[in-house]
Amino acid sequence: MVTDVPVWVQLVYLAAAICFVLALKGLSSPGTARRGNLLGAGAAVVATAVVFFERDLDHVVPILVAIAVGSVVGVVGSRRVQMTQMPQLVALFNGVGGGAAALVALLELHELVGSAVPAVVLVATVFTVLVGSVSFAGSVVTFAKLQELMTTRPVVFPGLPVAFVVALVGAVVLGALVVADPVVWVGVVIAVLGLVVGVLLVLPVGGADVPIVISLLNAFTGLTVAAGGYVLGNTLLLVAGTLVGASGTLLTVMMARGMGRSVTNTLFGALKGGSTLGAGEASDRPVRSANAEDVAIMLGYADRVIVVPGYGLAVAQAQHTLRELVEVLAARGTTVDYAIHPVAGRMPGHMNVLLAEAQVPYEQLREMDDVNGEFPQADVVLVVGANDVVNPAARTSPGAPIYGMPILDADQGRQVVFMKRSMRPGFAGIENELLFEPRTTLLFGDAKEQMGKLLNAVKAL
Amino acid sequence: MNPDVVWLTIFVLSVFVGVEVVSKVSSTLHTPLMSGANAIHGIILVGAILVTGSADTTLTLVVGLVAVVLATVNLVGGFVVTDRMLQMFGARRRPVAKTDGDR
Repeated sequence: MVTDVPVWVQLVYLAAAICFVLALKGLSSPGTARRGNLLGAGAAVVATAVVFFERDLDHVVPILVAIAVGSVVGVVGSRRVQMTQMPQLVALFNGVGGGAAALVALLELHELVGSAVPAVVLVATVFTVLVGSVSFAGSVVTFAKLQELMTTRPVVFPGLPVAFVVALVGAVVLGALVVADPVVWVGVVIAVLGLVVGVLLVLPVGGADVPIVISLLNAFTGLTVAAGGYVLGNTLLLVAGTLVGASGTLLTVMMARGMGRSVTNTLFGALKGGSTLGAGEASDRPVRSANAEDVAIMLGYADRVIVVPGYGLAVAQAQHTLRELVEVLAARGTTVDYAIHPVAGRMPGHMNVLLAEAQVPYEQLREMDDVNGEFPQADVVLVVGANDVVNPAARTSPGAPIYGMPILDADQGRQVVFMKRSMRPGFAGIENELLFEPRTTLLFGDAKEQMGKLLNAVKAL
Repeated sequence: MNPDVVWLTIFVLSVFVGVEVVSKVSSTLHTPLMSGANAIHGIILVGAILVTGSADTTLTLVVGLVAVVLATVNLVGGFVVTDRMLQMFGARRRPVAKTDGDR
């Protein structure tokens, strides 16, 4: 641990830490969120500049080049990404942060070898190596699931729990060895075991629960950074990492509660079996389908319409056309609301971001608890690219992976129209009984194309 | 006072602050909040710079520089993507602002 950091540098770190607290505070409320984020970014820039004055550093030029490279990658990545793909980008950013922390801890271990260090410093170092690697590997698997590079369904194979426990226990035992006698290559083995633990931790998590895992890994990375801050004797890292760790943990619990699950159930539910319901295949049971003109008539002569938008809407980039359709209906005298499920999209609050992008007025976005009582009065419930969030299986079949998740009561509507690409089940991979009900009508096809036809047909009424 | 106890004190108080600041957030803001918190832990960049600056072999230098790149991606990308999200939240609140922008 380095002690003689100049006082003014320490004070700048304190100021940056305060800014991070205010940034998080600002991010918690809509009016101040953007300012909060900018404040955090400003603090990060200042802290990064000041660190060069903390002590004499070698290799300044290569470091600056590396920062430039990372900045370009970060800016280009976050500017180019589609809003629909944002959750996986956040997962990826989180992963590289965890990876960076693990590498920092390994290098610190290398420096500590041979010097007399208190055991508690070594414990923190090992913790950073292990949890940073878990966060990195877990985030990469999360990314692959969200990007649909691999199946979104829970992946469980016999022996997975055993392998998980063996890797974790092995890492902890080796960690104890490192604390007793610091050796760098053992640290590297711990990192590798951490990667294995991370992969095995996320594989059994089903697609719909992935957002909770992103949040959890985010909290992990925060704690890793905090431990790294302790090892390096840097208060800013300690405070910033702890803030993220604590707030991230709370956020994870809140999200899990929003889906009616506990965090442990999210992570390990698939291992207990019982979530194998549904084949993930298209069903061939009979359904009632219609064309855009039929649906236009239903909508055009309804007094009350509730739209349930889902991720499929955003994937098809149909949210602008949907907004136009709602405007035309409103001009005809129909009352239209959007019912937003807390986890609609791929992350909590994701759908609000996607509809805001399409300039849907904030007042038309209704939260689940607020709008659920009004479904029985709705003449038509228009479900666009959503599935799991209106699946009554969440109420009725205890075996289903989404059982217990609060849902939008679309099945209470007088008529239900589903706009869907195919009969494929939703992200959670289970069949939706609502599709087969007599008052349900299906409008198959690409959401954007069908929405355009629907818009024209309503205009022509 | 024992320095380790000082560290522990900072840690414990930070936990309370971290819990307190997000305890009343609405689900609408969960995504930007997670993304913003994600950006903040990119401050590990400070640690990456410190260890890289005292690298004594080519291998440690290379590993350090990799850590610097990764941490920068986390930090810069995190803040930029959060801002992009929040920009959209703000956009709908002033659609009229375009009409009279002279001042």
